[in-house]
Amino acid sequence: MKNILFNKSRDLENKIDIYLDTVNESVLIFKRDINHYIDGKIKIFEEELKEINNIENRADELQNEIKHNLYEYMLIPEARGDVLALLESVDNIVDHVKKVIHQISIEKPYIPDNIKSDCSELVELVTNSVNSLAKCLRAYFNNLTMVNDYVNKVHFYEHEADKVEERIKRKVFNNDEFKEFSKKVHLRYFTEKIAALADESETISELASVAAIKRRI
Amino acid sequence: MLSTLLFMSSGLFLGWTLGANDAANIFGTAVGTRMIKFKTSAVIITIFVIIGAVISGAGASHTLGTLGKVNQLAGAFVVALSAGLTVLWMTNLGLPVSTSQSIVGAIVGWNIFAGYSTDMRVLTKIIGTWILCPVLSASFSILFFIIISKFLKKCKIHLLTIDRYTRLSLIIVGAFGAYSLGANNIANVMGVFTNTISIPPINIFGLFTLSGTQQLFFLGGLAISVGVYTYSKKVMLTVGKDIFKISPVAALIVVLSHSIVLFLFASEGLKYWLISYGLPSLPLVPVSSSQAVVGAVIGIGLIKGAHNINYRVLGSISIGWVVTPVTSAIISYLTLFFMQNVFMFSVY
Repeated sequence: MKNILFNKSRDLENKIDIYLDTVNESVLIFKRDINHYIDGKIKIFEEELKEINNIENRADELQNEIKHNLYEYMLIPEARGDVLALLESVDNIVDHVKKVIHQISIEKPYIPDNIKSDCSELVELVTNSVNSLAKCLRAYFNNLTMVNDYVNKVHFYEHEADKVEERIKRKVFNNDEFKEFSKKVHLRYFTEKIAALADESETISELASVAAIKRRI
Repeated sequence: MLSTLLFMSSGLFLGWTLGANDAANIFGTAVGTRMIKFKTSAVIITIFVIIGAVISGAGASHTLGTLGKVNQLAGAFVVALSAGLTVLWMTNLGLPVSTSQSIVGAIVGWNIFAGYSTDMRVLTKIIGTWILCPVLSASFSILFFIIISKFLKKCKIHLLTIDRYTRLSLIIVGAFGAYSLGANNIANVMGVFTNTISIPPINIFGLFTLSGTQQLFFLGGLAISVGVYTYSKKVMLTVGKDIFKISPVAALIVVLSHSIVLFLFASEGLKYWLISYGLPSLPLVPVSSSQAVVGAVIGIGLIKGAHNINYRVLGSISIGWVVTPVTSAIISYLTLFFMQNVFMFSVY
């Protein structure tokens, strides 16, 4: 019994690591795909669409297994609630990434040339914020003292993403390159959707920060 | 035989209350936070309390014997009963109570009733240990807290790995705690009967011999186990969930500190070892397991910044040092009077 518990616990440790790797991978795919779209490589963007589906499915499966194992073997009873809340919130990020990529594929928003570099910058900042969040969560499990360092990084990238988001919106609505108001609103919608990933990362990092305080002996 | 068992019932009752209440000090947080199953903890306590009582119970029991040599079975019955009633009464009043302090009061009550003088040197030594016990326990918990938190910070261990080793350590330290509880507190349960009941030694399958006192302690250990199985789960869940909201690692520190303190006040081997190296040793006296736990929890509170310490708890413990033995001595004196004059039993 004791061995089963020990093996399950080790197995779970690996699963949590793989899960956080998957989150990282999803946001890297997001960055790659959106940049393909911005650069006009629509064919490649469409071809690689299924990759994000696979990643999202894998993340869902892992999350279910982790949840199941935590309860079945009554592991980390005092931190279980926090761990599950954090992992579920992170799963929303993976879902969000998939949704944005699919929506872009379906709706094909128009991106004028003078905004493309700003859009790339926004995607870069959002990716960095999610990456820092993944590191923050790893630190929650492995190295509590580093949690706040990563929380600060997530805050920084979120703040920068907010600035770029506003810059894009201003350029969109003061742009003579495209006249249609519908296209402007459409692009604003996607800008907000992409920037929301950094907001979500910030919220989750704050949860992790509180959970880390609770983990102190 | 039957009348002997009947007279011993008060001691067995004390054993039952000890199992019901003090087992929670060892495994309360672990069971309450579901780190360890109740069944596992009950089996560990049963085995190790009995081993501790039989192997190392004599030291603390000897000190109680020097305080008052209760020489009649009816007298021993009353002393244990008075201690039990005091524990019951004060528990109902919601006051912190210790079986150790209660039995000492009851013995002093017997001394007064029987007209024997109480050895003030022994009494002072015993009272000194009551104060020393939570202080020592707090010191140990502070020390372990510093060592373990530094270790965890430096080694960057995964949350689940910490969980695995905390569970294993809780079991090992719990077993040590049960051993120490048996060794230190069996004197409260059976100590007063050792001079009044004479049991011939028995040889167990040619392997080892159990003296009469050890057989009494074995019986007391069984009574503690019955207390554990019948009532302690409820207390453990209360302790684990409502009173001490501390992390499993902090719980481990608390149980370890508590167990070491109880062991220090019970182990003859350790005492002689310390003496042989010219080191200061502690008197072998039954101390309060609950106060050792409270001391350890306060130690953790102190190291964390002292802003979450309930000073009323400290005050009520200090009051308990006086109120418990005095109440028990009065009850003991009055009950001895009735036993002798109403039921016509010779109590000394």
